[in-house]
Amino acid sequence: MIQAPDLPTWAAIVIGFLVLGGSALTLVGALGLIRLPTFYARVHATTLGATAGMAAILVASMLCFSVLQTRPVVHEILIALFVTLTTPVTLILLARAAIYRDRSERMSQVPSDRGPKPEK
Amino acid sequence: MTSLLLALAITASQILLGLAMACAAFRMLRGPRAQDRVLGLDTLYLTAMLLLLTYGIQTGRTLYFEAALVIALLGFVGTVALGKFLMRGEVIE
Repeated sequence: MIQAPDLPTWAAIVIGFLVLGGSALTLVGALGLIRLPTFYARVHATTLGATAGMAAILVASMLCFSVLQTRPVVHEILIALFVTLTTPVTLILLARAAIYRDRSERMSQVPSDRGPKPEK
Repeated sequence: MTSLLLALAITASQILLGLAMACAAFRMLRGPRAQDRVLGLDTLYLTAMLLLLTYGIQTGRTLYFEAALVIALLGFVGTVALGKFLMRGEVIE
């Protein structure tokens, strides 16, 4: 399964760094999903992969296909547009649903309307 | 030589993305509450989309791009529907 397209040296180096960096950022975000203690902290972790990791891999893909077909190929912008538009919407909806559920069950660690609660 | 290095870099990044998918699947299966599971599912499909894009770079075919586009479009609908279900108890009112 180890193979790669025939690319000029500069393109291969740039694409390699972009792909490795993007996937490493995504892995860091997914590790945060495991390590962080509460749901409200975990919501933030995954956006690392949804923004920086996604952008790096999409730029690498654009560069790869543009060099391979010797013309600008930018249809990956569609994916970038969709993900950038939809990720905030879904995560805000999910966080609001979580706040609603936690408040209705009167659980602790729920963020209040007026910032963090004072320590007693 | 650079082709081999690029192949190794792409394979290593696929392994990293696979580990990220494993983390997301762990959170989806073990999440203490329902919203954790939905968050894990969201991360899982986003990472799967990135993995498909690296397959597209590896083989040089645009077939994988279309699959990634479909995942980016339809995964959004799934997460919104699940978030709405958690909020209201029903999806379409």
